[in-house]
Amino acid sequence: MKKFNKALSAVVASAMVLSMAACGGNAADSNSQAASSAAGSNTEQSGTGAAFVIGGIGPLTGGAAIYGTAAMNGAQIAVDEINAAGGINGAQIKFLKEDDQHDPEKSINAYNSLKDQGMQILMGTVTSTPCVAVADKTAADGMFELTPSASSTDVIVNDNVFQVCFTDPNQGAKSAEYISDKKLATKIGIIYDSSDVYSSGIKDTFVKMAPEKGLEIVAEEAFTADSKTDFSTQLQKCQSAGAELVFMPFYYTEASIVLTQANGMGYAPIFFGVDGMDGILGAENFDTKLAEGLYMLTPFAADATDEATVKFVDAYQKSYGETPIQFAADAYDAIYIIKAAIEQANVTPDQSVKEIGDALKSTITTIKYDGITGSNMTWDASGEVSKAPMAIIIKDGAYASVE
Amino acid sequence: MNFLIYLINGIGLGSVYAIIALGYTMVYGIAKMLNFAHGDVIMIGCYTVFLTMTRYGMDPYISVALSVVVCTLLGIMIEKIAYKPLRRATSLAVLITAIGVSYFLQNAALLLFGANTKSFSNVVNVPGITLADGALKISGTTIVTVAVCIVIMLVLTWFIKNTKAGQAMLAVSEDKDAAQLMGVNVNGTISLTFAIGSGLAAIAGVLFCSAYPTLTPYTGSMPGIKAFTAAVFGGIGSIPGAFIGGILLGIIEILGRAYISSQLSDAIVFAVLIVVLLVKPTGILGKKIHEKV
Repeated sequence: MKKFNKALSAVVASAMVLSMAACGGNAADSNSQAASSAAGSNTEQSGTGAAFVIGGIGPLTGGAAIYGTAAMNGAQIAVDEINAAGGINGAQIKFLKEDDQHDPEKSINAYNSLKDQGMQILMGTVTSTPCVAVADKTAADGMFELTPSASSTDVIVNDNVFQVCFTDPNQGAKSAEYISDKKLATKIGIIYDSSDVYSSGIKDTFVKMAPEKGLEIVAEEAFTADSKTDFSTQLQKCQSAGAELVFMPFYYTEASIVLTQANGMGYAPIFFGVDGMDGILGAENFDTKLAEGLYMLTPFAADATDEATVKFVDAYQKSYGETPIQFAADAYDAIYIIKAAIEQANVTPDQSVKEIGDALKSTITTIKYDGITGSNMTWDASGEVSKAPMAIIIKDGAYASVE
Repeated sequence: MNFLIYLINGIGLGSVYAIIALGYTMVYGIAKMLNFAHGDVIMIGCYTVFLTMTRYGMDPYISVALSVVVCTLLGIMIEKIAYKPLRRATSLAVLITAIGVSYFLQNAALLLFGANTKSFSNVVNVPGITLADGALKISGTTIVTVAVCIVIMLVLTWFIKNTKAGQAMLAVSEDKDAAQLMGVNVNGTISLTFAIGSGLAAIAGVLFCSAYPTLTPYTGSMPGIKAFTAAVFGGIGSIPGAFIGGILLGIIEILGRAYISSQLSDAIVFAVLIVVLLVKPTGILGKKIHEKV
C-alpha cells in the first residue's frame, strides 16, 4: 500500500506540474496575443491584425450541459461564417468560451478568466441563475452582454444586458394566448417545478393570463428538484379533475418521465410545453411515439424550410452530427446580432470595453434583425426582445411547424 | 378509489427506495460507514444495461447480469482504492471520501456518456394487473420490484445467519479487532460486503430506471439520498428495517403529495422521519443492532 501511495502521489505531482505548465503556456499565449493585437491596432486602425474578442459562458458540463454545449456550438458556427466572409468591418472575431456548470460562482470565475484573456463583449450566459450573477459584473465593467437563452426577467435589470430569447412571463402569457386562440382546450391542468424560477415564473403568468383567455385551470400541481422522478400523483389529480390539456413549463428530462407515466396509466390529454421541452426527441432511445402530438411554444424549428434555417441546420449537422436545438439557434443569432450592432455603431476592436459597451447598448435599440429564431426582432432599453412566437408539434417522431 | 391508486403508486415508489436502502444498510451495518457513492454505483449499473441493450442489442437478462458483474467489480475497486487506506481513520474522513467518490463517479459518467438524457427501456417484461374494471392498475414493474425486494431481503438475512461468510460479517460489525484476533479476515469480509452491496445496486438501478425511465449522470444521487433516509427510518443496519422504511417512505411521500400539498411532499416525509427518530432514535426496527460498548 505504501508503494501504491507513493506511485499515486508521483502521478498526482507530475499531473500538477504538467497542468501548471499548461496554464503558463496559455497565459503566455494570450499575453502575446493581447500584445500583438494592441500593436496591430496602434499601427493600422481597423486592419486585419485586430480582432473583436467575444466571450461565451455556459454549462459545458453538469446537468444543464446540453444547453451550454448547443449554444457554444451554434455561436461557433456563426463566428466561423463571419470570419470566413471577412469579419465585422474587416476585423475578425476571436471567440473564447468557458464552462460555468450552471453555477453562479463558477460563472463569475469564468467571466473573470475571460476578461483576463481580453474579452470585450459577452455572449452569455446561457442559463438564468448564473446570468443574474454575471450581469452585475458586466454592469460594473460597462461590458455589453447579450444572452442567447437566459430568460428570467432578473437577468435584464441592468441596462447593458439584452436577451435573444423570450422572457419567462412572456412565454406563459403567449402559451395561454395560443391555447385559447387555437381552441385546443378549456380545462387546463398544470404541472410545474416549484423549485425552479424558470418553471414557476412561466406558470405564474400563465395562471394570471388564463381567465382572461377563457381557460379554466382545474389542477395546479408542483414538484421540486428533489422529487422529480414520480409524477403519478400529479397526473392522477389532473386526470381526476378532467384536464383536457396539461401545461408543462419545465425541461424535457422530466417531461419524458411524465409522458411515460401518463401512457402507463392510460391518460392521454394534449401535452403543451415551452422552450425547455426542446430536445426531447434528442434523448437517446426515447420512444418518440410517447411524444406524438406534443405541442411546444418555441421560436425555432429545425425543420423550417427558409434559407437561413436550412443553412444553419446543415452546417450544424456537418460539424456536430446532430440536429440543433433552440439554444444553438439563439446563440447563432446572438453572434449575428452583435455583428449587426457593431456595424451600426461603427466601433473598432481597439476601443475600450466600456466604450464598446456604451455604443452597443444604445445602438441595439435602433436595429431590426431577421434571424432564425424570429423575424423583425427589436429591442427596447429594458433589454427584452420583441418577436412573434411560434408553436411546433411533434408529428411522426419529428418536430413540425403547426402552421 | 383514488386513495387505492395513490397507495399502490406509493408502494411502487417505496419498493424502489427499499431496494436501494438494502445496499446502504448492509454496508453501514457491517463496515460501519455511510457509502454515499452507493447511488452513483446504481447509475453506473443503469448505464451498463442501457449501453449493452441499446447499442449492442444484448438480451435484457444477459445485460442485467453483466451490469451486476460490473457493479460488483466497481464496488470492490472503490473499496480497495478509496476506503481501505482509511480503515483506521476517523469516520468523518471516510464520509468525506465517500462524497468524493460520489462526485468522481458522476463526473466520470459525464465524461464517458455525455450529459444528454438517455431514455431507458423497461427491462421488466411482466404484464400488470387490472382490478375493479380497469380503474385500478398495478404495473408489472411494481410487482416485480416488490417481489425482488422481498427475495433479496430474505436471501440476505439467511446468508448472514447461516453461512460462514455471513457470520464473519456479523463478527466484524460487532468488533473489528476482536474478529481479527479470532482469525476472521476483516479486509476480505468488508470487500465481500461491498461486492454484495454493489451487486444489489445494479439490480436496484435496473428496477429504478424501469419505473422512472430517464438516465443522466445524476440519476443516482437523489434516490440515493431518499433511500438513505429510508434506511435510517427503518433502523440503519437492519435489513428488514430497510424494506419497511423504504415502503413507508414511498407511501408517505405519495399520500402527502396527493392529500396535503404537492410542493411540501418532501417536507412531510422528513417531518415524519423526525417524529419517528424522536420517539425511536434507532429507527423503526433499530433495536436489532447490537451497539458496541
